[in-house]
Amino acid sequence: MALDLAEATSTPADGRPAKGGRRRLPLAWLGGVPFIGYVSIFLLLPTAIVIFGAFLKGNGGGFTLDNLKSLNQDYVRSAFENSVILSAASALIGAVVGGVFAYVIATGRRDGTMRRIVTSACGVLAQFGGVTLAFAFIATIGGAGFITVFLANHGIDIYSDGVWLYKLNGLVLVYTYFQIPLMVLVFLPAVDGIRPQWREAAESLGGTTWHYWRHVAGPLLFPAFIGSALLLFANAFSAYATAAALVSQGGIIVPLQIGNSLSSEVIVGQQNYGKALAFGMIVVVAIVMALYVVLQRRTTKWLK
Amino acid sequence: MTEAVGVATLGTGRAGVQVRLEDLRRRYAGVSALDGFSLTLEPGELIALLGPSGCGKTTALRLVAGLEDADGGQVVVDGKDVTGLPANKRDMGMVFQAYSLFPHMTARQNVAFGLRLRGVKSSERKQRAGDMLDLVGLSAQADRYAHQMSGGQQQRVALARALAIRPKVLLLDEPLSALDAKVRAQLRDEIRRVQLEVGTTTLFVTHDQEEALAIADRVGVMRAGHLEQLDAPGTVYSRPQTPFVAEFVGLSNRIPAMVSGKTAEVLGVHLPLVDETTSDGPAIAIVRPEAFTLAGTIGDTSLDAPLAGTVIATAFLGAVSRITVDLGGGLTVMAQLPTSEASAYPAGTAALLHLRTDAVLVTREAAVVPAPGPAAAAVENVGRAG
Ligand SMILES: Nc1ncnc2c1ncn2[C@@H]1O[C@H](COP(=O)(O)OP(=O)(O)OP(=O)(O)O)[C@@H](O)[C@H]1O
Ligand SMILES: [Mg+2]
Repeated sequence: MALDLAEATSTPADGRPAKGGRRRLPLAWLGGVPFIGYVSIFLLLPTAIVIFGAFLKGNGGGFTLDNLKSLNQDYVRSAFENSVILSAASALIGAVVGGVFAYVIATGRRDGTMRRIVTSACGVLAQFGGVTLAFAFIATIGGAGFITVFLANHGIDIYSDGVWLYKLNGLVLVYTYFQIPLMVLVFLPAVDGIRPQWREAAESLGGTTWHYWRHVAGPLLFPAFIGSALLLFANAFSAYATAAALVSQGGIIVPLQIGNSLSSEVIVGQQNYGKALAFGMIVVVAIVMALYVVLQRRTTKWLK
Repeated sequence: MTEAVGVATLGTGRAGVQVRLEDLRRRYAGVSALDGFSLTLEPGELIALLGPSGCGKTTALRLVAGLEDADGGQVVVDGKDVTGLPANKRDMGMVFQAYSLFPHMTARQNVAFGLRLRGVKSSERKQRAGDMLDLVGLSAQADRYAHQMSGGQQQRVALARALAIRPKVLLLDEPLSALDAKVRAQLRDEIRRVQLEVGTTTLFVTHDQEEALAIADRVGVMRAGHLEQLDAPGTVYSRPQTPFVAEFVGLSNRIPAMVSGKTAEVLGVHLPLVDETTSDGPAIAIVRPEAFTLAGTIGDTSLDAPLAGTVIATAFLGAVSRITVDLGGGLTVMAQLPTSEASAYPAGTAALLHLRTDAVLVTREAAVVPAPGPAAAAVENVGRAG
């Protein structure tokens, strides 16, 4: 930014195309081919299949809205509801706790060992899920987990109202385990973009800590915070393995319902019911990610 | 027109105030950043603090601003001790090195920020912010965001923002160091013009001697946490009180010398000592390039025996030129001459130099950190037999 003037004045000299050399074919796009191929085969193609399938008759027939209509049943609606509650709750907790962690890390030393350890740990933990994570929770706070037993021996029964670990509440708790580190990873760059001069400028202009947060840091970080929370929401919304390992019966959230519809006997003519469910998820995630992109764009302009 | 607006509506309504820094002390984990630093700024005065990196300039400024706590000493503004006051109660305008504008606010909103915190009405805020932007010549950019402005424009806005609250003191910490040379010189003069116009007492920190000499009423040269000399720019340059100042400000030759009695023998010439208490024995004389003249060009009888040598380099600096002369025996000196004279001595030609018999500073210490910039590369002759 500080070099704008220098750039502007040097452009006429530097911007001239080199004389003599042969015109080169624009081949830069070649580098993107593997990535585009990968994304096409494993993301775009399945998405297209799901979207088309959601509108096709199960017996190979033509267009229908029956699959989508079949979503309008109590247990499907409750699965979507549960999915939204689980995703929103774990995203909110993850965003708040992870946001505070990110702030603490960012205000510490940039080159500190602590920071390196915490960020690499977050990188690993944010990906930690599935059977391993489920087992970790079962072994510690499951019905016979050692913390449960230890607390019970000291007169505290965390399951006095019944075992909730395998229900929605339990999923929220387990999901926060990877949501918090994910928040740290996605929110840290924004907090890092906050410059100490802004606080000091606000102070020297007569601002209190409250003024600084209200007028400077708050407005600057808010879009990034909401954006990160949306990413967490999408992350939880589409997570399957952890819930599958923890909840053995029924489909209390949408991914589990899809799993069930894939593995159980399919009612004739309803083969594409699972695709309709997935289509519903795609719609929700697409809306969330679109908001995320908008907010992220604003943040990168301010906090680079 | 800008000028008229400034005088009419931007005057602080009071003359600048006196600011006294008394015996300030500050330590960081064993390092003494400020060690008994005292300085008095007269009302409306602009003092530039100059010194090598790490000498405590920023620390001094931050203690005045209240952004850092003093371990000892006092800051007295307009007769009132503000040492215990937090930064947001001190009424000081601060301009940082770079990137200090709030990125989500336009230039005008940035300038109006301090007024907003003071509860100034929206219409008046807008008016005053507009006037300030006018003063720094940025009315046309009032609705731009920081990322839409050049570095120089951003610093102008930062200056307008600091002045908008009509601060008692204006503090600038190397506000030009992130800019390229041309913009730097331009903005430097602009800052001075604005400062004279509003009359605010100002402390300006820099490690660029040219900047300090050009902008300040007085220049304070700092070294290792204390003030080495405080004088008008011309005095600091032409009559440095210590070898450190002589070497740090301007360009110097370090030439082996022999002190005896109240004189030093330098290149066979006996020169009076600035500091007559210097003990006898070998030392290093700090000699300005201007102290050398070409023999034969002037029939000056005050000139002592000429020194014969060979020109090994010439540098054209405009009206003056600097020639580097090898005097033999591994000793090279730099001489500064009018370009008209120097042009007769391209590299490779023989030259006769005279050393003027001004009072000389001698030192027995190693060379100070050379100030940045090619003009400051002191010629190093240490370790050679006298
Ligand atoms: N927050 C801090 N923690 C530890 N040491 C510090 C801190 N701030 C400054 N110092 C030390 O205090 C001394 C003076 O620092 P200061 O920033 O005032 O120097 P300066 O003259 O402004 O240098 P520069 O020209 O490089 O900006 C240095 O030795 C520096 O390392
Ligand atoms: Mg500094």
